[in-house]
Amino acid sequence: MKEDRSNKYMNPYLAGFLIGLMMIAAYYFSGEGLGGSGAFKKVAIATVNTVAPGYAHEAAYFAPSVENGKSPLNSWLVFEVIGVIMGALLSAAYFGRLSMKVGKSPKITNRTRLIAALAGGILWGVGSQLGRGCTSGLIMSGMAVNALSGYIGLAAVFGGGYLFAYFFRKLWI
Amino acid sequence: MGPLYPQGLISEPLNLLIALFIGIGFGIGLEAGGFTNTRKLAGVFYGYDFVVLKVFFTAAMTAAIGLFLLDSYGLMDIELTFYPKTFWIPTTIAGIVMGLGFIVGGFCPGTSVCAAVTGKIDGIYFVTGAFLGIFGYAFTYEPLFETLRNSGGLGKVNIASELGISDEMFIFIVTVIAVIAFIVTDRIQKKVNSKNPVENIEELGL
Repeated sequence: MKEDRSNKYMNPYLAGFLIGLMMIAAYYFSGEGLGGSGAFKKVAIATVNTVAPGYAHEAAYFAPSVENGKSPLNSWLVFEVIGVIMGALLSAAYFGRLSMKVGKSPKITNRTRLIAALAGGILWGVGSQLGRGCTSGLIMSGMAVNALSGYIGLAAVFGGGYLFAYFFRKLWI
Repeated sequence: MGPLYPQGLISEPLNLLIALFIGIGFGIGLEAGGFTNTRKLAGVFYGYDFVVLKVFFTAAMTAAIGLFLLDSYGLMDIELTFYPKTFWIPTTIAGIVMGLGFIVGGFCPGTSVCAAVTGKIDGIYFVTGAFLGIFGYAFTYEPLFETLRNSGGLGKVNIASELGISDEMFIFIVTVIAVIAFIVTDRIQKKVNSKNPVENIEELGL
């Protein structure tokens, strides 16, 4: 019988070290930090630019990314996130974790979990745009170069998390 | 000397190919570390699983140590990289919004992508929500967010020079704090899980 690895994970310090090396490479080769939400932004901009190019060239949120005439998808962060998708698929295939399921605490229903996931996503969508990045682009990439913005983000995101954790504990414990 | 692409030392196609390979390493680290499992991520806020803290701080400090070593040996100039500008007001407000999003949604954008593509339906919902949030923000940007987003601008601020210490000293202090946090949270985790374990704790692979 094949060994079940689906509940096995890489040593967290080794996983962190690997991600840290990728961050060093990102800065050394490309002068960029690792990102997540930046690629979401580019996809959103490319979508609007395809559907309504006139609007995209006028509106303040979209214009800076489309005015040079190149596709917003032709960017470092988009290629990086395509790589993230490939890497996650490779790893999940290795560990036998490629299956359709809802990740959640056994104490809540799928419906509750999915509504909460959608709502959390909306909050991150807004927050990452207002805050110029998410856990990777704002916080980790900022901390990697001792940028104040990264540490403000760290304090606000994790501080906010602990602040609200009590009120949403039924979702998790 | 690095960074290579901003100085025109490598071509754009090569730069994008490198982005792809760096992403693959990042994606493997996230998935193998357990970041597609939303319960492992939320554990950091409830004390039953501190994997987020361990992976995150190890990554950030590995990167900081490596980058400032490269910089001090003259192998790369951090000044020439993307160096984030600080806008403390929108970052603080947005950070709290994202903290709430973390507790409610159980992912952040990068981890949600990994979860969604590996079949976690909650990850797919989160990604959908993130796009809804971005579109909502984008279409209301000028009346609602533009002024706020550009408030509190301080330029490129290095936290070590702001505190009046060297980069190396600052990184050393944060690394020591991180190691202490690893030890303390390990004890908290053991205590929480022996006294009052969450259901189906074996799924967390602790």
